[in-house]
Amino acid sequence: MKEQIKIRAKNLNFYYTDFLALSEVSLDFFPHQATALIGPSGCGKSTFLRCINRMNDLIPGVRVEGSLCLDGQDIYGPKVDVVEIRRRVGMVFQKPNPFPKTIFENVAYGLRVNGGRDREALSRRVEESLRLSALWDEVKDRLDQSALGLSGGQQQRLCIARALAVRPEVLLMDEPASALDPIATQKIEELIHELKKRFTIIIVTHSMQQAARVSDRTAFFYMGRLIEVGNTETIFTYPRHKQTEDYITGRFG
Amino acid sequence: MDLIEAALERRPENKEADGFRAPGMSRRKAVQAGMFGLFRAAALINGLALLVIVFFLLKNGAGSVTWEFLTEQPYDSMTRGGILPCIVGTLILGLGAMLVAFPLGVASAVFLSEYAAPGRAVRVIRLGINNLAGVPSVVFGLFGLAFFVTWCGFGVSILSGVLTLGLLSLPVIIGTAEEALRSVPQTYREASLGLGATKWQTISRVVLPAAVPGMLTGSILGLSRAAGETAAIMFTAAVFFSPRMPSGIFDQVMALPYHIYVLATAGTEIEKTRPLQYGTALVLICLVLGMNLAAIWYRARIQKRNQ
Repeated sequence: MKEQIKIRAKNLNFYYTDFLALSEVSLDFFPHQATALIGPSGCGKSTFLRCINRMNDLIPGVRVEGSLCLDGQDIYGPKVDVVEIRRRVGMVFQKPNPFPKTIFENVAYGLRVNGGRDREALSRRVEESLRLSALWDEVKDRLDQSALGLSGGQQQRLCIARALAVRPEVLLMDEPASALDPIATQKIEELIHELKKRFTIIIVTHSMQQAARVSDRTAFFYMGRLIEVGNTETIFTYPRHKQTEDYITGRFG
Repeated sequence: MDLIEAALERRPENKEADGFRAPGMSRRKAVQAGMFGLFRAAALINGLALLVIVFFLLKNGAGSVTWEFLTEQPYDSMTRGGILPCIVGTLILGLGAMLVAFPLGVASAVFLSEYAAPGRAVRVIRLGINNLAGVPSVVFGLFGLAFFVTWCGFGVSILSGVLTLGLLSLPVIIGTAEEALRSVPQTYREASLGLGATKWQTISRVVLPAAVPGMLTGSILGLSRAAGETAAIMFTAAVFFSPRMPSGIFDQVMALPYHIYVLATAGTEIEKTRPLQYGTALVLICLVLGMNLAAIWYRARIQKRNQ
Protein backbone atom coordinates (compact mmCIF):
# COMPACT_ATOMS: atom_id res chain seq x y z
CA MET A 1 0.00 0.00 0.00
CA LYS A 2 2.11 2.80 -1.29
CA GLU A 3 0.12 5.98 -1.11
CA GLN A 4 0.93 9.61 -1.42
CA ILE A 5 1.48 11.28 1.94
CA LYS A 6 -0.87 14.20 2.66
CA ILE A 7 0.61 15.39 5.91
CA ARG A 8 3.99 14.45 7.30
CA ALA A 9 5.23 15.38 10.75
CA LYS A 10 8.90 14.82 11.33
CA ASN A 11 10.52 15.15 14.76
CA LEU A 12 7.95 17.67 15.78
CA ASN A 13 8.51 19.37 19.14
CA PHE A 14 6.00 21.77 20.61
CA TYR A 15 6.44 24.04 23.61
CA TYR A 16 3.97 26.05 25.67
CA THR A 17 6.57 28.59 26.87
CA ASP A 18 8.86 26.14 28.73
CA PHE A 19 6.63 23.12 28.83
CA LEU A 20 7.41 20.51 26.20
CA ALA A 21 3.97 19.33 25.10
CA LEU A 22 5.02 17.29 22.07
CA SER A 23 8.31 15.53 21.80
CA GLU A 24 9.81 14.12 18.60
CA VAL A 25 6.52 13.25 16.97
CA SER A 26 6.88 11.73 13.52
CA LEU A 27 3.64 10.75 11.90
CA ASP A 28 2.24 10.50 8.37
CA PHE A 29 -1.33 10.92 7.22
CA PHE A 30 -2.71 9.58 3.97
CA PRO A 31 -5.49 10.90 1.74
CA HIS A 32 -8.95 9.35 1.92
CA GLN A 33 -8.29 7.86 5.32
CA ALA A 34 -9.49 8.70 8.76
CA THR A 35 -6.77 8.66 11.37
CA ALA A 36 -7.73 8.65 15.03
CA LEU A 37 -5.49 10.25 17.65
CA ILE A 38 -6.06 8.65 21.03
CA GLY A 39 -4.48 8.89 24.45
CA PRO A 40 -5.20 10.07 27.98
CA SER A 41 -5.96 13.74 28.77
CA GLY A 42 -2.90 15.94 28.45
CA CYS A 43 -1.05 13.52 26.19
CA GLY A 44 -0.69 16.10 23.42
CA LYS A 45 -3.13 14.73 20.86
CA SER A 46 -5.18 17.93 20.67
CA THR A 47 -2.04 20.04 20.68
CA PHE A 48 -0.78 18.02 17.74
CA LEU A 49 -4.08 18.43 15.92
CA ARG A 50 -4.02 22.18 16.43
CA CYS A 51 -0.47 22.36 15.06
CA ILE A 52 -1.74 21.21 11.69
CA ASN A 53 -3.85 24.30 11.02
CA ARG A 54 -1.65 26.50 13.19
CA MET A 55 -4.48 27.17 15.62
CA ASN A 56 -1.88 27.12 18.39
CA ASP A 57 -0.50 30.37 16.97
CA LEU A 58 -3.25 32.13 18.91
CA ILE A 59 -1.66 31.18 22.21
CA PRO A 60 1.15 33.49 23.29
CA GLY A 61 4.54 31.94 23.98
CA VAL A 62 4.27 28.76 21.93
CA ARG A 63 7.17 27.38 19.89
CA VAL A 64 7.43 24.70 17.23
CA GLU A 65 10.50 22.72 16.20
CA GLY A 66 10.90 20.05 13.55
CA SER A 67 8.85 19.95 10.41
CA LEU A 68 5.21 19.54 9.55
CA CYS A 69 4.42 19.37 5.86
CA LEU A 70 1.21 19.58 3.90
CA ASP A 71 1.77 18.12 0.41
CA GLY A 72 5.48 18.52 0.98
CA GLN A 73 5.23 22.20 1.90
CA ASP A 74 6.28 23.16 5.42
CA ILE A 75 3.25 24.51 7.28
CA TYR A 76 5.55 26.54 9.52
CA GLY A 77 7.77 27.76 6.68
CA PRO A 78 8.63 31.46 6.59
CA LYS A 79 6.74 32.23 3.38
CA VAL A 80 3.61 30.33 4.30
CA ASP A 81 0.29 32.18 4.43
CA VAL A 82 -1.48 30.98 7.57
CA VAL A 83 -4.83 32.04 6.18
CA GLU A 84 -4.29 29.83 3.14
CA ILE A 85 -3.23 26.87 5.30
CA ARG A 86 -6.39 27.19 7.36
CA ARG A 87 -8.52 27.29 4.26
CA ARG A 88 -6.98 24.05 3.08
CA VAL A 89 -7.12 22.42 6.52
CA GLY A 90 -10.59 22.73 7.99
CA MET A 91 -11.42 22.17 11.62
CA VAL A 92 -14.39 21.00 13.66
CA PHE A 93 -14.23 21.77 17.34
CA GLN A 94 -15.09 19.91 20.50
CA LYS A 95 -18.18 21.95 21.26
CA PRO A 96 -20.46 22.96 18.41
CA ASN A 97 -19.64 26.62 17.81
CA PRO A 98 -21.94 28.03 15.14
CA PHE A 99 -21.86 31.80 14.75
CA PRO A 100 -24.88 33.70 16.03
CA LYS A 101 -26.02 34.09 12.44
CA THR A 102 -28.52 32.35 10.22
CA ILE A 103 -27.95 28.77 9.11
CA PHE A 104 -27.23 29.99 5.59
CA GLU A 105 -24.77 32.64 6.71
CA ASN A 106 -22.93 30.13 8.89
CA VAL A 107 -22.21 27.87 5.95
CA ALA A 108 -21.59 30.77 3.58
CA TYR A 109 -19.18 32.48 6.00
CA GLY A 110 -16.03 30.75 4.81
CA LEU A 111 -16.97 31.44 1.20
CA ARG A 112 -17.67 35.09 1.87
CA VAL A 113 -14.39 35.72 3.66
CA ASN A 114 -12.66 34.05 0.73
CA GLY A 115 -14.28 36.48 -1.63
CA GLY A 116 -17.52 34.74 -2.59
CA ARG A 117 -20.12 37.31 -3.66
CA ASP A 118 -22.37 35.70 -6.23
CA ARG A 119 -25.58 34.81 -4.40
CA GLU A 120 -26.38 32.01 -6.80
CA ALA A 121 -23.00 30.33 -6.40
CA LEU A 122 -23.15 30.76 -2.63
CA SER A 123 -26.55 29.09 -2.48
CA ARG A 124 -25.33 26.17 -4.53
CA ARG A 125 -22.27 25.64 -2.36
CA VAL A 126 -24.30 25.99 0.85
CA GLU A 127 -26.74 23.33 -0.32
CA GLU A 128 -23.92 21.05 -1.42
CA SER A 129 -22.19 21.38 1.95
CA LEU A 130 -25.36 20.84 3.94
CA ARG A 131 -26.12 17.74 1.89
CA LEU A 132 -22.60 16.46 2.49
CA SER A 133 -23.04 16.89 6.22
CA ALA A 134 -26.45 15.16 6.07
CA LEU A 135 -28.24 18.20 7.41
CA TRP A 136 -29.94 19.53 4.30
CA ASP A 137 -33.28 17.80 4.73
CA GLU A 138 -33.57 19.01 8.31
CA VAL A 139 -32.82 22.67 7.63
CA LYS A 140 -33.68 23.39 4.00
CA ASP A 141 -36.88 25.20 4.98
CA ARG A 142 -35.30 27.39 7.60
CA LEU A 143 -31.99 28.50 6.19
CA ASP A 144 -32.74 32.07 7.22
CA GLN A 145 -33.29 31.18 10.85
CA SER A 146 -30.68 31.42 13.55
CA ALA A 147 -28.25 28.52 13.82
CA LEU A 148 -28.50 28.73 17.59
CA GLY A 149 -32.01 27.28 17.39
CA LEU A 150 -30.66 23.92 16.18
CA SER A 151 -30.03 20.99 18.51
CA GLY A 152 -26.48 20.24 19.61
CA GLY A 153 -26.06 17.44 17.09
CA GLN A 154 -27.47 19.56 14.28
CA GLN A 155 -25.20 22.42 15.28
CA GLN A 156 -22.19 20.16 15.06
CA ARG A 157 -23.21 18.92 11.62
CA LEU A 158 -23.70 22.57 10.66
CA CYS A 159 -20.15 23.26 11.80
CA ILE A 160 -19.00 20.37 9.64
CA ALA A 161 -20.93 21.82 6.68
CA ARG A 162 -19.37 25.19 7.39
CA ALA A 163 -15.91 23.65 7.32
CA LEU A 164 -16.67 21.67 4.14
CA ALA A 165 -18.03 24.69 2.28
CA VAL A 166 -14.56 26.07 1.58
CA ARG A 167 -13.60 22.66 0.15
CA PRO A 168 -10.69 21.90 2.42
CA GLU A 169 -8.32 19.04 1.68
CA VAL A 170 -7.93 17.97 5.27
CA LEU A 171 -10.55 17.96 8.02
CA LEU A 172 -9.39 18.10 11.62
CA MET A 173 -11.93 17.00 14.22
CA ASP A 174 -11.25 17.68 17.87
CA GLU A 175 -13.49 15.29 19.81
CA PRO A 176 -16.40 16.28 17.58
CA ALA A 177 -18.95 14.12 19.38
CA SER A 178 -17.90 14.56 22.99
CA ALA A 179 -20.66 17.06 23.71
CA LEU A 180 -23.36 15.07 21.92
CA ASP A 181 -25.83 12.37 22.85
CA PRO A 182 -25.44 8.80 21.48
CA ILE A 183 -27.79 9.25 18.54
CA ALA A 184 -26.18 12.50 17.42
CA THR A 185 -22.81 10.82 17.91
CA GLN A 186 -23.83 7.97 15.67
CA LYS A 187 -24.85 10.42 12.94
CA ILE A 188 -21.49 12.17 13.14
CA GLU A 189 -19.70 8.83 12.91
CA GLU A 190 -21.70 7.79 9.86
CA LEU A 191 -20.83 11.13 8.37
CA ILE A 192 -17.13 10.57 8.94
CA HIS A 193 -17.39 7.32 6.99
CA GLU A 194 -18.81 9.23 4.04
CA LEU A 195 -16.45 12.17 4.31
CA LYS A 196 -13.26 10.20 4.39
CA LYS A 197 -13.91 9.14 0.80
CA ARG A 198 -13.22 12.74 -0.21
CA PHE A 199 -11.03 14.23 2.49
CA THR A 200 -8.13 13.38 4.73
CA ILE A 201 -9.63 13.15 8.18
CA ILE A 202 -7.80 13.38 11.47
CA ILE A 203 -9.93 12.92 14.53
CA VAL A 204 -9.04 13.27 18.19
CA THR A 205 -11.24 11.16 20.37
CA HIS A 206 -11.48 10.00 23.95
CA SER A 207 -13.68 7.13 23.02
CA MET A 208 -11.88 3.93 22.11
CA GLN A 209 -15.02 2.55 20.51
CA GLN A 210 -15.31 5.62 18.35
CA ALA A 211 -11.70 5.33 17.22
CA ALA A 212 -12.30 1.68 16.38
CA ARG A 213 -15.50 2.45 14.50
CA VAL A 214 -14.48 5.40 12.36
CA SER A 215 -10.77 5.26 11.73
CA ASP A 216 -8.51 3.37 9.36
CA ARG A 217 -5.41 4.17 11.33
CA THR A 218 -4.91 4.95 14.97
CA ALA A 219 -2.10 6.80 16.69
CA PHE A 220 -1.61 6.48 20.44
CA PHE A 221 -0.09 9.43 22.27
CA TYR A 222 1.22 9.37 25.80
CA MET A 223 2.98 12.15 27.73
CA GLY A 224 3.66 14.16 24.60
CA ARG A 225 5.12 11.26 22.67
CA LEU A 226 3.74 9.18 19.87
CA ILE A 227 3.90 5.66 21.30
CA GLU A 228 2.46 3.68 18.47
CA VAL A 229 0.70 4.08 15.17
CA GLY A 230 -0.77 1.52 12.82
CA ASN A 231 -3.89 0.14 11.25
CA THR A 232 -6.74 0.55 13.68
CA GLU A 233 -7.45 -3.17 13.68
CA THR A 234 -3.84 -4.02 14.47
CA ILE A 235 -3.58 -1.43 17.23
CA PHE A 236 -6.69 -2.70 18.93
CA THR A 237 -5.94 -6.39 18.54
CA TYR A 238 -2.16 -6.66 18.69
CA PRO A 239 -0.75 -3.51 20.26
CA ARG A 240 3.02 -3.69 20.32
CA HIS A 241 3.53 -1.54 23.40
CA LYS A 242 2.35 -2.28 26.88
CA GLN A 243 1.21 1.34 27.42
CA THR A 244 -1.03 1.10 24.36
CA GLU A 245 -2.53 -2.11 25.57
CA ASP A 246 -3.08 -0.72 29.07
CA TYR A 247 -4.82 2.31 27.62
CA ILE A 248 -7.10 0.57 25.14
CA THR A 249 -8.10 -2.03 27.68
CA GLY A 250 -9.04 0.73 30.10
CA ARG A 251 -6.37 0.14 32.69
CA PHE A 252 -5.57 3.86 32.82
CA GLY A 253 -6.56 7.10 31.15
CA MET B 1 -20.73 5.30 47.17
CA ASP B 2 -22.01 2.88 49.80
CA LEU B 3 -18.68 1.10 49.76
CA ILE B 4 -16.80 4.30 50.42
CA GLU B 5 -19.10 5.24 53.29
CA ALA B 6 -18.78 1.82 54.81
CA ALA B 7 -15.02 2.12 54.60
CA LEU B 8 -15.10 5.50 56.28
CA GLU B 9 -17.32 4.15 59.04
CA ARG B 10 -14.70 1.50 59.81
CA ARG B 11 -12.01 4.07 60.47
CA PRO B 12 -11.67 4.48 64.25
CA GLU B 13 -11.34 8.29 64.25
CA ASN B 14 -14.70 8.55 62.54
CA LYS B 15 -16.58 6.75 65.28
CA GLU B 16 -17.19 10.13 66.97
CA ALA B 17 -18.90 13.02 65.26
CA ASP B 18 -16.08 14.72 63.39
CA GLY B 19 -17.64 18.14 63.02
CA PHE B 20 -18.54 17.66 59.38
CA ARG B 21 -21.97 16.31 60.08
CA ALA B 22 -25.14 17.48 61.70
CA PRO B 23 -23.98 19.77 64.57
CA GLY B 24 -24.18 23.49 63.90
CA MET B 25 -26.84 23.10 61.25
CA SER B 26 -29.26 25.54 62.79
CA ARG B 27 -26.48 28.07 63.33
CA ARG B 28 -25.43 27.83 59.70
CA LYS B 29 -28.98 28.36 58.58
CA ALA B 30 -29.26 31.40 60.83
CA VAL B 31 -26.05 32.84 59.39
CA GLN B 32 -27.35 32.24 55.90
CA ALA B 33 -30.65 33.95 56.66
CA GLY B 34 -28.76 36.85 58.25
CA MET B 35 -26.49 37.34 55.26
CA PHE B 36 -29.37 37.19 52.80
CA GLY B 37 -31.18 39.76 54.90
CA LEU B 38 -28.15 42.02 54.72
CA PHE B 39 -27.89 41.76 50.95
CA ARG B 40 -31.60 42.27 50.56
CA ALA B 41 -31.43 45.40 52.71
CA ALA B 42 -28.53 46.75 50.62
CA ALA B 43 -30.47 46.24 47.41
CA LEU B 44 -33.54 47.80 48.97
CA ILE B 45 -31.67 50.90 50.08
CA ASN B 46 -30.38 51.39 46.56
CA GLY B 47 -33.82 51.08 45.07
CA LEU B 48 -35.27 53.36 47.73
CA ALA B 49 -32.69 56.08 47.08
CA LEU B 50 -33.77 56.28 43.45
CA LEU B 51 -37.45 56.25 44.42
CA VAL B 52 -36.94 59.05 46.93
CA ILE B 53 -35.12 61.20 44.38
CA VAL B 54 -37.80 60.68 41.76
CA PHE B 55 -40.56 61.28 44.29
CA PHE B 56 -38.87 64.44 45.51
CA LEU B 57 -38.47 65.79 41.98
CA LEU B 58 -42.03 64.89 41.05
CA LYS B 59 -43.45 66.54 44.16
CA ASN B 60 -41.51 69.76 43.69
CA GLY B 61 -41.14 69.93 39.94
CA ALA B 62 -44.08 68.22 38.30
CA GLY B 63 -46.19 71.35 38.77
CA SER B 64 -43.96 73.45 36.59
CA VAL B 65 -43.59 70.94 33.76
CA THR B 66 -46.18 72.05 31.26
CA TRP B 67 -46.33 71.97 27.50
CA GLU B 68 -45.13 75.58 27.41
CA PHE B 69 -42.25 74.68 29.73
CA LEU B 70 -41.06 72.08 27.26
CA THR B 71 -41.58 74.06 24.09
CA GLU B 72 -40.77 77.69 24.89
CA GLN B 73 -37.71 79.77 25.51
CA PRO B 74 -37.08 81.29 28.90
CA TYR B 75 -37.80 84.97 29.40
CA ASP B 76 -37.99 87.60 32.15
CA SER B 77 -34.43 86.82 33.25
CA MET B 78 -35.24 83.14 33.08
CA THR B 79 -37.85 83.39 35.82
CA ARG B 80 -40.60 82.47 33.40
CA GLY B 81 -41.04 80.62 30.15
CA GLY B 82 -39.66 77.25 29.12
CA ILE B 83 -36.45 75.35 28.74
CA LEU B 84 -36.58 74.17 25.14
CA PRO B 85 -33.09 75.50 24.28
CA CYS B 86 -31.66 73.57 27.23
CA ILE B 87 -33.33 70.33 26.16
CA VAL B 88 -32.08 70.73 22.63
CA GLY B 89 -28.61 71.66 23.90
CA THR B 90 -28.34 68.65 26.18
CA LEU B 91 -29.50 66.31 23.42
CA ILE B 92 -26.94 67.74 21.03
CA LEU B 93 -24.13 67.56 23.57
CA GLY B 94 -24.98 64.05 24.76
CA LEU B 95 -25.44 62.51 21.34
CA GLY B 96 -22.50 64.44 19.95
CA ALA B 97 -20.27 63.17 22.73
CA MET B 98 -21.31 59.60 21.89
CA LEU B 99 -20.66 60.20 18.21
CA VAL B 100 -17.10 61.13 19.16
CA ALA B 101 -16.49 58.67 21.96
CA PHE B 102 -18.17 55.49 20.74
CA PRO B 103 -16.10 54.87 17.60
CA LEU B 104 -12.91 56.02 19.30
CA GLY B 105 -13.59 53.95 22.40
CA VAL B 106 -14.53 50.82 20.49
CA ALA B 107 -11.47 51.17 18.26
CA SER B 108 -9.23 51.52 21.32
CA ALA B 109 -10.83 48.51 22.94
CA VAL B 110 -10.39 46.41 19.80
CA PHE B 111 -6.74 47.39 19.68
CA LEU B 112 -6.16 46.67 23.34
CA SER B 113 -7.89 43.34 23.57
CA GLU B 114 -7.65 41.92 20.05
CA TYR B 115 -4.51 43.25 18.41
CA ALA B 116 -1.98 44.45 20.93
CA ALA B 117 0.40 41.82 22.25
CA PRO B 118 -0.09 41.66 26.01
CA GLY B 119 2.81 43.36 27.71
CA ARG B 120 4.09 46.45 29.37
CA ALA B 121 2.81 48.95 26.79
CA VAL B 122 -0.75 47.66 26.96
CA ARG B 123 -0.65 47.63 30.76
CA VAL B 124 0.48 51.27 30.82
CA ILE B 125 -2.24 52.33 28.38
CA ARG B 126 -4.86 50.49 30.41
CA LEU B 127 -3.63 52.09 33.61
CA GLY B 128 -3.89 55.48 31.94
CA ILE B 129 -7.46 54.82 30.85
CA ASN B 130 -8.46 53.64 34.31
CA ASN B 131 -6.98 56.76 35.85
CA LEU B 132 -8.77 58.91 33.31
CA ALA B 133 -12.01 57.49 34.68
CA GLY B 134 -11.15 58.89 38.08
CA VAL B 135 -10.33 62.41 36.94
CA PRO B 136 -12.89 64.91 38.29
CA SER B 137 -15.09 66.38 35.60
CA VAL B 138 -14.09 69.93 36.41
CA VAL B 139 -10.54 69.02 35.43
CA PHE B 140 -11.88 67.81 32.08
CA GLY B 141 -13.65 71.15 31.85
CA LEU B 142 -10.45 73.08 32.43
CA PHE B 143 -8.58 70.87 29.99
CA GLY B 144 -11.30 71.47 27.41
CA LEU B 145 -11.04 75.20 28.00
CA ALA B 146 -7.28 75.22 27.62
CA PHE B 147 -7.06 72.78 24.72
CA PHE B 148 -10.20 72.85 22.56
CA VAL B 149 -11.49 76.34 23.34
CA THR B 150 -8.22 78.25 23.41
CA TRP B 151 -5.43 76.24 21.80
CA CYS B 152 -7.50 74.71 19.00
CA GLY B 153 -9.44 77.94 18.69
CA PHE B 154 -12.87 76.29 18.68
CA GLY B 155 -14.09 78.87 21.21
CA VAL B 156 -16.83 78.12 23.69
CA SER B 157 -18.93 76.01 21.36
CA ILE B 158 -20.83 72.82 20.80
CA LEU B 159 -17.70 71.36 19.21
CA SER B 160 -15.52 72.05 22.25
CA GLY B 161 -18.22 70.72 24.59
CA VAL B 162 -18.80 67.57 22.57
CA LEU B 163 -15.09 66.81 22.42
CA THR B 164 -14.65 67.42 26.14
CA LEU B 165 -17.65 65.27 27.04
CA GLY B 166 -16.42 62.63 24.61
CA LEU B 167 -13.08 62.45 26.38
CA LEU B 168 -14.84 62.30 29.70
CA SER B 169 -16.94 59.30 28.73
CA LEU B 170 -14.15 57.47 26.88
CA PRO B 171 -12.90 55.41 29.85
CA VAL B 172 -16.37 54.03 30.56
CA ILE B 173 -16.86 53.14 26.93
CA ILE B 174 -13.44 51.54 26.52
CA GLY B 175 -13.90 49.57 29.73
CA THR B 176 -17.28 48.14 28.79
CA ALA B 177 -16.24 47.59 25.20
CA GLU B 178 -13.24 45.56 26.33
CA GLU B 179 -15.46 43.62 28.69
CA ALA B 180 -17.86 42.94 25.81
CA LEU B 181 -15.01 41.76 23.57
CA ARG B 182 -13.72 39.46 26.29
CA SER B 183 -17.13 37.89 26.68
CA VAL B 184 -17.21 36.85 23.01
CA PRO B 185 -16.39 33.13 23.13
CA GLN B 186 -12.89 32.32 21.94
CA THR B 187 -14.47 29.48 19.93
CA TYR B 188 -16.05 32.07 17.58
CA ARG B 189 -12.62 33.45 16.80
CA GLU B 190 -11.18 29.96 16.31
CA ALA B 191 -14.05 28.92 14.05
CA SER B 192 -13.65 32.00 11.90
CA LEU B 193 -9.86 31.80 11.64
CA GLY B 194 -10.16 28.08 11.00
CA LEU B 195 -12.18 28.82 7.88
CA GLY B 196 -9.43 30.92 6.40
CA ALA B 197 -10.67 34.31 7.57
CA THR B 198 -8.09 36.97 8.34
CA LYS B 199 -7.90 38.52 11.77
CA TRP B 200 -9.67 41.66 10.62
CA GLN B 201 -12.43 39.66 8.91
CA THR B 202 -12.85 37.72 12.13
CA ILE B 203 -13.09 40.88 14.21
CA SER B 204 -15.36 42.79 11.87
CA ARG B 205 -17.71 39.96 10.91
CA VAL B 206 -17.89 37.81 14.01
CA VAL B 207 -16.39 39.40 17.11
CA LEU B 208 -17.77 42.92 16.82
CA PRO B 209 -21.35 41.93 15.93
CA ALA B 210 -21.38 39.60 18.93
CA ALA B 211 -19.95 42.29 21.19
CA VAL B 212 -22.12 45.23 20.10
CA PRO B 213 -24.95 44.66 22.61
CA GLY B 214 -22.47 44.77 25.48
CA MET B 215 -20.78 47.81 24.00
CA LEU B 216 -24.09 49.61 23.84
CA THR B 217 -24.40 49.21 27.59
CA GLY B 218 -21.20 51.17 27.92
CA SER B 219 -22.40 53.86 25.63
CA ILE B 220 -25.61 54.14 27.63
CA LEU B 221 -23.59 54.76 30.77
CA GLY B 222 -21.36 57.20 28.92
CA LEU B 223 -24.32 59.01 27.43
CA SER B 224 -25.98 59.36 30.83
CA ARG B 225 -22.84 60.71 32.32
CA ALA B 226 -22.29 63.15 29.47
CA ALA B 227 -25.88 64.39 29.46
CA GLY B 228 -25.86 65.12 33.16
CA GLU B 229 -22.43 66.72 33.21
CA THR B 230 -22.14 70.32 34.36
CA ALA B 231 -18.55 71.13 35.18
CA ALA B 232 -17.16 69.81 31.91
CA ILE B 233 -19.38 72.04 29.77
CA MET B 234 -19.34 75.08 32.00
CA PHE B 235 -16.21 76.50 30.36
CA THR B 236 -16.43 74.76 27.03
CA ALA B 237 -19.93 74.86 25.60
CA ALA B 238 -22.66 76.08 27.88
CA VAL B 239 -24.07 79.54 27.88
CA PHE B 240 -25.95 81.27 30.66
CA PHE B 241 -28.72 82.42 28.41
CA SER B 242 -29.19 82.37 24.69
CA PRO B 243 -32.09 84.02 22.94
CA ARG B 244 -31.89 81.69 19.95
CA MET B 245 -31.36 78.06 19.05
CA PRO B 246 -27.85 76.97 18.04
CA SER B 247 -27.35 76.95 14.29
CA GLY B 248 -23.93 75.29 13.96
CA ILE B 249 -21.21 73.45 15.82
CA PHE B 250 -19.43 76.69 16.70
CA ASP B 251 -22.46 78.05 18.55
CA GLN B 252 -22.81 78.01 22.28
CA VAL B 253 -25.77 76.18 23.76
CA MET B 254 -27.85 76.17 26.88
CA ALA B 255 -27.91 72.81 28.65
CA LEU B 256 -30.17 71.35 31.32
CA PRO B 257 -27.62 70.65 34.07
CA TYR B 258 -25.96 74.01 33.64
CA HIS B 259 -29.34 75.71 33.56
CA ILE B 260 -30.20 74.14 36.92
CA TYR B 261 -26.87 75.22 38.29
CA VAL B 262 -27.36 78.78 37.05
CA LEU B 263 -30.91 79.08 38.33
CA ALA B 264 -29.97 77.66 41.71
CA THR B 265 -26.84 79.71 42.31
CA ALA B 266 -26.50 82.72 40.09
CA GLY B 267 -30.00 83.79 39.18
CA THR B 268 -31.57 86.99 40.44
CA GLU B 269 -34.56 85.19 41.87
CA ILE B 270 -33.19 81.97 43.27
CA GLU B 271 -36.10 81.24 45.60
CA LYS B 272 -38.73 82.24 43.09
CA THR B 273 -37.37 79.90 40.45
CA ARG B 274 -37.17 76.82 42.72
CA PRO B 275 -40.10 75.11 40.96
CA LEU B 276 -38.40 75.78 37.64
CA GLN B 277 -35.20 74.24 38.97
CA TYR B 278 -36.98 71.10 40.06
CA GLY B 279 -38.91 70.99 36.83
CA THR B 280 -35.69 71.23 34.85
CA ALA B 281 -34.11 68.49 36.94
CA LEU B 282 -37.14 66.30 36.34
CA VAL B 283 -36.90 66.87 32.61
CA LEU B 284 -33.18 66.03 32.70
CA ILE B 285 -33.82 62.77 34.55
CA CYS B 286 -36.59 61.83 32.15
CA LEU B 287 -34.40 62.68 29.17
CA VAL B 288 -31.56 60.50 30.44
CA LEU B 289 -34.02 57.73 31.24
CA GLY B 290 -35.54 58.06 27.79
CA MET B 291 -32.15 57.85 26.09
CA ASN B 292 -31.30 54.82 28.23
CA LEU B 293 -34.56 53.12 27.33
CA ALA B 294 -33.98 53.78 23.65
CA ALA B 295 -30.50 52.26 23.86
CA ILE B 296 -31.77 49.28 25.87
CA TRP B 297 -34.52 48.70 23.35
CA TYR B 298 -32.03 48.86 20.51
CA ARG B 299 -29.71 46.45 22.32
CA ALA B 300 -32.54 44.01 22.93
CA ARG B 301 -33.43 44.14 19.26
CA ILE B 302 -29.88 43.30 18.23
CA GLN B 303 -29.67 40.48 20.73
CA LYS B 304 -32.92 39.05 19.46
CA ARG B 305 -31.69 39.21 15.90
CA ASN B 306 -28.51 37.42 16.91
CA GLN B 307 -30.35 34.51 18.46
